[in-house]
Order: sequence, then C-alpha cells, then structure tokens
Amino acid sequence: MAKSLFDKVWEAHAVRELSSGHTQLLIGAHLIHEVTSPQAFGMLRELGLKVRFPERTFATVDHIVPTDERNEPFSDPLADAMIKELRRNCEEFGVTYFDIASGRQGIVHVVGPEQGITQPGTTIACGDSHTSTHGAFGAIAFGIGTSQVRDVLATQTMAISKPKLRRINVDGKLAPGIYAKDVILYIIRKLGVKGGTGFAYEYGGEVFDRFNMEERMTVCNMSIEGGARVGYVNPDEKTFEYLKGRPYSPKGREWDEAVERWRNLASDPDCEYDDVVNFRAEDIGPSVTWGITPGQGVFIDETIPDPEKVEEEQREGVIEALEHMKLKPGSPIKGTPIDVAFLGSCTNGRLTDFQEVAGYLKGRHVAPGVKAIAVPGSMGVGKICEELGIDKIFREAGFEWRGAGCSMCLAMNPDKLVGDQLCASSSNRNFKGRQGSPIGRTILMSPLMVAAAAVTGQVSDAREVFGVGSPNLVEV
Amino acid sequence: MALEKISKVTGRGVYIPGDDIDTDRIIPARFMKCITFDGLGEFAFYDVRKNEDGSDKKHPLNDPRHAGATILLSGSNFGCGSSREHAPQALHKAGFRGIVAESYAEIFFGNSITLGMPCFAASRQDIREMAATIEADPEVQIELDVENRSIRCGEREYPAELRDSARTALLSGKWDPIAELLEGEEEGEATARSLHYVR
Ligand code: SF4
Repeated sequence: MAKSLFDKVWEAHAVRELSSGHTQLLIGAHLIHEVTSPQAFGMLRELGLKVRFPERTFATVDHIVPTDERNEPFSDPLADAMIKELRRNCEEFGVTYFDIASGRQGIVHVVGPEQGITQPGTTIACGDSHTSTHGAFGAIAFGIGTSQVRDVLATQTMAISKPKLRRINVDGKLAPGIYAKDVILYIIRKLGVKGGTGFAYEYGGEVFDRFNMEERMTVCNMSIEGGARVGYVNPDEKTFEYLKGRPYSPKGREWDEAVERWRNLASDPDCEYDDVVNFRAEDIGPSVTWGITPGQGVFIDETIPDPEKVEEEQREGVIEALEHMKLKPGSPIKGTPIDVAFLGSCTNGRLTDFQEVAGYLKGRHVAPGVKAIAVPGSMGVGKICEELGIDKIFREAGFEWRGAGCSMCLAMNPDKLVGDQLCASSSNRNFKGRQGSPIGRTILMSPLMVAAAAVTGQVSDAREVFGVGSPNLVEV
Repeated sequence: MALEKISKVTGRGVYIPGDDIDTDRIIPARFMKCITFDGLGEFAFYDVRKNEDGSDKKHPLNDPRHAGATILLSGSNFGCGSSREHAPQALHKAGFRGIVAESYAEIFFGNSITLGMPCFAASRQDIREMAATIEADPEVQIELDVENRSIRCGEREYPAELRDSARTALLSGKWDPIAELLEGEEEGEATARSLHYVR
C-alpha cells in the first residue's frame, strides 16, 4: 500500500497503544534547552529516574544567553542560574551539552541540523514549539511541553495521538525578491493561524523542490504559527548533500546505507492525504504582518485592513490588533516608520539568510535613529559569516553583529524593545509583548525586507530599495 | 503513582474574551527565567493585568467579583504559540482547574490534560451565554462533566467537546502518562533496536 513519509516514520517508531488511545512513540533524538528542561530534570530527580538514552539527548543554551557580553557569570542572575542549572543537569545525567565554550552553541533548531543530528526518518522532540523546523529533512519533529520533556528523558518515548495529514503544494516559480518567509506567511494568511490544528503539514511542489535546505527550514519552522504541530518536506538529494560530513551524520559505509534507506522514505506518489491544498508561487508577494498574530499579514503594496470592512468574526481581533500596533486602518503598510531592525531567530538566522542580505547591503547604511542588530542562529553560522567577511558588511552598514542566540525573538536576554518601539523582524511571532516590552510592536518579514526597513527607516519594498532582479549585484 | 480520577470539575467562572490568546500572553517570557514552576501563578496574564508601575489594569482577573474563580472561559485557538508548559502551569497555580474555550492549540491542550486540567470546547454562542450568566451572577456554579462531555452553568446545560483520549485519561486517572510509559520500557527497547540510527 502506498504510504506517506509521515506514516512510514510513525509506524517505525510506534511502540504500542496506551489505555487512553494515545500512541507511545519512540523519539529518536531529543533536543533540550535551558528554559523548558530544568523542571523536567527536577521531576526526574523527584521520581528517582535516569535519562533513558543520554546518547540520544542533546542540549544547548539559546533563549537566555546574552548576545553581546557572553562571559559568565551573566549580568542577569536569573539567566546565570539557568545556564548553571542546565550544565549541572547535563553533567549529572550524562547528556551532551553544546555550550558556548564548545563553539557549537546556538538556537536549538539551528544546531540540530548543523550538527547532523536532524536526519531523515527520525522522530525528534524538543520542549519548543518551533521543533517543526527539523521536518525540513524529512524528520517528524514535535514541540512538546515540559512534562513531556520529562517523559522523553525518562523513557525516550512520549504519549501522542496521530494527527491527520495535509499536503500543501506550491507550484510555479517565485519572482525575484520573494523568499521562503513570504511563502509561509502567505500560507498562514490563507489557511489561518488555527487552520492546521490537528494536522501535520507535508510541503511539496516545484517551489519546495527548488528550495535549499535552509529555505525549507524557514517554512517548516513556522508550521506551528499555522496551528500545525508538525511540518515536513520529503528528503531528496539536497537533503543528503547538506548532511554529508556533519559531526553526527553517519560516516563511510554507514553513510551509504543511510542514504539508501533515506531514499525510500519520501511519500509514495499515490499515497493518500486527509487534505490537499494548492497554491501558485506567482500569487505570492513580499509579505509583512500588520497585527498581533502571524496570520494578520498583507503584501507590501496592500493597505492595512479596515475593521469596518472585514468579516464580523474577525472584527474584534482586527480592532485589538490595530490598537496595539497603533496603525491606521485603510492606510498603506509601506512607509510605516520603524525603530528597530532584527535579523536572526530560528526562522531566518542561518548562513544563507545573512549571505543573501549581505549581497544587497554592501555600501548601504542603516537609517539614522534605527537600531539594527544581526544575530547569527548559531556560533557555527557566526563563524562562517566571519570567515566570509559577511559580519564586516553588516558592521559597516551600521548593524550590530552579535553572538548566537534567540535574542530579540523573545527577549529573554537583554535584547529587548523599549516602550512602544516598532521592530521589523525576521523572527516568527508578532504577539503582544513578544519582543520584551508589553507595548512593543513587531512586523514580521523576510530578512531582505528587514534590511530594506533598516536602510530606509520604514517598512519598505526590498525590491525597490535594493533593485532586486537587477544584474549588477555584488556577489558575496 | 495513582492519580485522582477526574470526572467533574466544579467552581465559579471568569470570562477572558478574545481569540488566539497565545501562551506569551498567558505567561510573558521574562517570567520563565526560573528553574521550577512554583510562583508562576501570580504572573498569569501579567502584562494585560498590570500597568508598567505594577498597578492594576481593568481586566476580568482583577475584578474582585471573580476572585477565586477556578474555571476560565475564553475564545478560539486558546493557548496558541509557544509550547511553554509554564502557561497551563501558571493558570493551574493561579487556581484554575478547568478551561472552556471554542478551540485550543494542540500543545497547550496536551500540556493542560497532563496537569489534570480539562479543556472543554464549546460553541461561541454558548460561551457568550455562559459569560453573560457569570456577569449577571459571578457566584454561579459551573460544572464540567467529563463523563458526559457537558457543561452546566447555573440552570442551563451545554454540550461540550473533549477528545476521547483526554476524556479516557482524565476518567481513568491516567492523565499524566509517565507511569504507563515506564511500563512500556521493554517494548520501547525493542522498537529502538529495530531502528538503525538509535542503537
Ligand atoms: S529563535 Fe525565537 S522562536 Fe526560535 S527557539 Fe528561539 S525564541 Fe523560540
């Protein structure tokens, strides 16, 4: 019988059915970080349990790490206590820990793929909703809560019900200046922030075939913003190419055998989906949000919605969003002044994100009064950027070039918005207060759009600002 | 580890209107700088409850008439966003024992059930009616009936949805799955051995 990748992976990892009807599912790789794991280790101690497969558990520190002054002790005593607790837990329970001194620290969803831990056909769990990112490799990856982190630590399994499967096709060709971020913002806008509840998303079609691994990660990352806990892309030659030679990738003969297995993982062409949705790449424009959910978005040349003109169902939400965002209904989003530009996060903090922007940023400068920060998703990304001179381009343009971490994506470290500052952000969430100030404001967009906003001091069309598509660009 | 069998949750209610209330709103990230869940209760909905100087804003949770409410009512896609269990933990520590909303984000739903906190789904209209009942009489008792998947609010009864697996888990006292997962150790081992990459 024809099967989807999801079914193949699920069946291979299903241990048994529990009395509640949930499946006990084996987790191939468990990623942990400092925010959602300490309580889980606490529960383990209370119950007198060990970590079942410490060699399949990997830790790093990302949410609370400062990105400027990175020596310990951190200036924030609470953050310092958290990193110490993570270190203590990893030592006591024998878990591999990528700390700052290792040079491998970074956002957990950047580190997993970079280290080759994220592999096709694996199940991955992490106490973080953006775990869906790892699906870019044809892994089935779940964001989980802390009690489940405890479950996975203690048993390497968790209780979960099987979601339905929706195939999302994006066919055709994206125009120059349209990025993976625009694709996922468009999908969320069309299907809604809860449209994916109860579903796993399989992304495919010409656009995904053409995407590199980092672009696939950007889309899978934000599946959860559309309500889907899991998002994935079938693995192909690009997937294998990316993984070859990474620290935890199989080596030698084992590599050949692994690739052999991985080739059979992709969904069979005639497999059945619970739902199929088709989009055209040509319909997708540069996207920006205007509201307080990632689904509240428009294309750059559209206007901010008028609560009077939306469906009744949405009216209250639109009013609340516009009040928070201090935006005027019916006016263009383009030209909205910004205070901060943030380039980073597990959505768009990877090498190609910085490379792409650097190509256009050379010789340009951040507008007066705008604070612009570039935060590599991992120390590995930072290092390559520095080797390629990308950091220099950013610095010369007036960006602060920082150390690796989540930074202003959720502002658990010192990088925060102040008051009602408005931030052009390459991250994934524009919730009220998300970037550290309860009245701070966030507009989500692609990295190049962030750069365009930084350079002009306002929400702008990157294609116009940088002449995207013109032939005389500097290659980095 | 025998857990309580949860078949009914009864108490007074409070209605927090709005759709897509995310877990950042329920517990802002800065309060997650902690290594235990203790003390999270007082920070539930902090930024919508408090002004920057710490004084109270107008919010249902600040309304003395609803003090001591144990059932929270809200809109659709409740608990979306971050997977942080800190959110249901904060609500639980703030005294809530059950939630009624139009729909839930999945991770939040699972996290809440694992705490033994039923999340009932009801229609928009019914929730608004219940909210009006509470508004008229904050003392009104609300009862979430897990067995029958129904909600009684004052004189009226409303149908509710609760996923089978959650219902079974609550009724059988297995809402925290750890004991059962541990029992499956041998089978888990076998599955792990059958996979090339694990062992
Ligand atoms: S970068 Fe943002 S979304 Fe990603 S893991 Fe960090 S805080 Fe979460």
